[in-house]
Amino acid sequence: MDFLRPATWREALEAKAAHPDATPIAGGTDVMVEINFDRRRPDVLLDLTRVPELTTWSETDGVLRIGAGVPYARLIDELGDRLPGLAIASRTVGSPQIRNRGTLGGNLGSASPAGDAHPPLLASDARIEVESVRGTRTVPVAEFFTGVKRNALAEDELIAAVHVAPASGPQQFSKVGTRNAMVIAVCTFAIALHPEQQRVGTGLGSAAPTPRRARDAEEFLSAELDWAGRRPLAESVAQRFGELVAQASSPIDDVRGTADYRRHALAVMARRTLSWVWEEHRSGRQECA
Amino acid sequence: MRLRFTVNGQPHEADDVWEGESLLYVLRERLGLPGSKNACEQGECGSCTVYLDGVPVCACLVAAGQAEGREVRTVEGLADGERLDPVQEAFVEAGAVQCGFCTPGLLVQTHDLLARRPRPSDAEIREALAGNLCRCTGYEKIMDAVRLAAQRTAEART
Ligand SMILES: Cc1cc2nc3c(=O)[nH]c(=O)nc-3n(C[C@H](O)[C@H](O)[C@H](O)COP(=O)(O)OP(=O)(O)OC[C@H]3O[C@@H](n4cnc5c(N)ncnc54)[C@H](O)[C@@H]3O)c2cc1C
Ligand code: FES
Ligand code: FES
Repeated sequence: MDFLRPATWREALEAKAAHPDATPIAGGTDVMVEINFDRRRPDVLLDLTRVPELTTWSETDGVLRIGAGVPYARLIDELGDRLPGLAIASRTVGSPQIRNRGTLGGNLGSASPAGDAHPPLLASDARIEVESVRGTRTVPVAEFFTGVKRNALAEDELIAAVHVAPASGPQQFSKVGTRNAMVIAVCTFAIALHPEQQRVGTGLGSAAPTPRRARDAEEFLSAELDWAGRRPLAESVAQRFGELVAQASSPIDDVRGTADYRRHALAVMARRTLSWVWEEHRSGRQECA
Repeated sequence: MRLRFTVNGQPHEADDVWEGESLLYVLRERLGLPGSKNACEQGECGSCTVYLDGVPVCACLVAAGQAEGREVRTVEGLADGERLDPVQEAFVEAGAVQCGFCTPGLLVQTHDLLARRPRPSDAEIREALAGNLCRCTGYEKIMDAVRLAAQRTAEART
């Protein structure tokens, strides 16, 4: 096995171009489990933890650019006010030790249907910046997941960063699991209100082969909500929203839960998180963020 | 490959390290530091928790090569010579140890918690230790130990 240690982003891209079969390793919280259990024997490991460009974030012209190597603990501490939905999801990841080490880029790299960072990124229309020696492109997060644990990266590409606008309205995330710490989600749901566009964003996790949005539910709700008058939510609207979210899923039966249970839970989570964000919107908090 | 890094303040070198092996394996099998325990090798139990450049991580999930040039502090590095760290003393006094397998990880994780939050609430203690499993004590004694350590540390500061 080869172990490559690029010291800069440029070197990392050159290393990936020279060794397209190299497995990038960031926090290692997915890669090392596979190696320890002999499920994967990469010929080449490409260590990204020495690349300083990956561990920074910045805000330009109202868009955050978060380096792929930023761990959950920092997403929570440093970006919790700007991206509350992603921070809530990050708090549910693993344990403190996992959150200290596991990264946003690693979650996208693994592209698990159960990746907890994915639903809030979907709800906020994030874009994934990927790069190779050939150049840079950005992929809308909804197009980034191409199948179970598959993503849109070409073999010479690495994930550089995530671009996402800071919250302009309330955001929520909900996760069903058997206990609080250290669970792979049975299913998850993220919602973001974008009041300035009078629009709702959603993201579903562990509910289909890939994380996905519930587009019909988004359109329905965006049209029904009384954005300016901020009237209370009609029970029938919440009910219908939950149904549409459940319909957007295509879950499976597995050891963590049945497809029926997942559909039911998604409808409940959708109604519940909607009531939270709408109350927050009505009370006017967060509005000038 | 050859690996050079600092462990508990001392420079260390290990030869013939396999690129895919974990920092935990290097510490235990190559450097003879068996304090950090190996129970699950998948980040679930926390018994391998060490500081890597000052941040608590599961050593079983750090690739050996990622530790090159870095600073690692293990449970062996908590005591000051013969003098136990207040966290270690509190675990002994509170009887928070039975088989002891989980203890090294709990000590490092508690040490970090108290460095960041000298007076943690019970909820904060539970949250901080959520990634450290103990099969013996039922956790109540561990909670007692952390509260005691917090009190001692606070007293020592004033
Ligand atoms: C005990 C435990 C609990 C966990 N709990 C959760 C949980 O609750 N929720 C959750 O979502 N996940 C969880 N995970 C999974 C894991 O922690 C996350 O997926 C994490 O985000 C992975 O990040 P990493 O930096 O450790 O990735 P790594 O393991 O380093 O890499 C993961 C994948 O991404 C690729 N990769 C990494 N960086 C890049 C890059 N910049 N460009 C291209 N490819 C890249 C790697 O090649 C690999 O395929 C858990 C893991 C463990 C061990
Ligand atoms: S041995 Fe590392 S977490 Fe269990
Ligand atoms: S004392 Fe035995 S596992 Fe904790």
